[in-house]
Amino acid sequence: MIELYGTKLPSRLLLGTAQYPSPAILADAVKASCASAVTVSLRREMAGGKGGEKFWSLIQSLRLHILPNTAGCHSVKEAVTTAKMAREVFGTNWIKLEVIGNHDTLQPDVFGLVEAARILCDDGFAVFPYTTDDLVVAERLLEAGCRVLMPWCAPIGSALGPVNITALRSMRGHFPDVPLIVDAGLGRPSHAALVMELGFDAVLLNTAVAKAADPVGMARAFGKAVDAGREAYRSGLLEPRDLAVPSTPTIGRAVFQ
Amino acid sequence: MKLTVNGEAHEITAATLAELLAALDYEGNWLATAVNSDLVHATERALFQLKDGDRIEILSPMQGG
Repeated sequence: MIELYGTKLPSRLLLGTAQYPSPAILADAVKASCASAVTVSLRREMAGGKGGEKFWSLIQSLRLHILPNTAGCHSVKEAVTTAKMAREVFGTNWIKLEVIGNHDTLQPDVFGLVEAARILCDDGFAVFPYTTDDLVVAERLLEAGCRVLMPWCAPIGSALGPVNITALRSMRGHFPDVPLIVDAGLGRPSHAALVMELGFDAVLLNTAVAKAADPVGMARAFGKAVDAGREAYRSGLLEPRDLAVPSTPTIGRAVFQ
Repeated sequence: MKLTVNGEAHEITAATLAELLAALDYEGNWLATAVNSDLVHATERALFQLKDGDRIEILSPMQGG
């Protein structure tokens, strides 16, 4: 159970809905993952088109929380307008706020992100900012009104996994009471388990599941990894050490000469 | 009147945003609209007056990560 902006979610996995081989596989993958929320977007509809209607019906049938995004927005104005349009269509004040700053890495423009976050928080949005692991930016986002932070662990779709574990650990340590969701860059269930073991509250991923040979199987694997990582964190992980420590009792050991 | 709808130029007669949607065969409560980069609520479309050169975006739900 995790609480985000006053909403309790049973699962700590949030799943993207893009790039699946078919709508049916998307639906099966979401169910197999036991995700509690899915991300969606808004795109141009063709005249007379019904694509949006079909997709929206599918998403509604899943009966999960909807987290619309502002993916592809490169300016504050674009992101703010897209967020407002999303609120109208999807009927939620949740918004995954993306303000992209670089075409190659898709890393956030953190300056624009903070500005957009402030505008949207003031307008009543529950902002989920896609950010970096920079602590100062995180502080600014919290000052702007964000109550959840979503740092990347690697570039979107890269599947690199956590490339700076020290920074993630530091973020967790600096913001012990803020829900932290690792968003972007996860490639394997073990990556998800690792960040959950670090104490992150949830993960958000898409490509690693959607582009797997078997998206449904991979979705199930990620769901298990998130649960395993969380339970491991709560159970108290053993700190690593340089020297060996025998696990079998040495007292009572037989001596043969 | 010259309008740009979803990035494409149109020469069309439509006094309001609602009329434009009808003329282009857009319908459904899953659409979101913006004119010149600002949201226009569904409830405001019938009264929202268009003018020459307006840029209209008509969006709908899509897959996203």
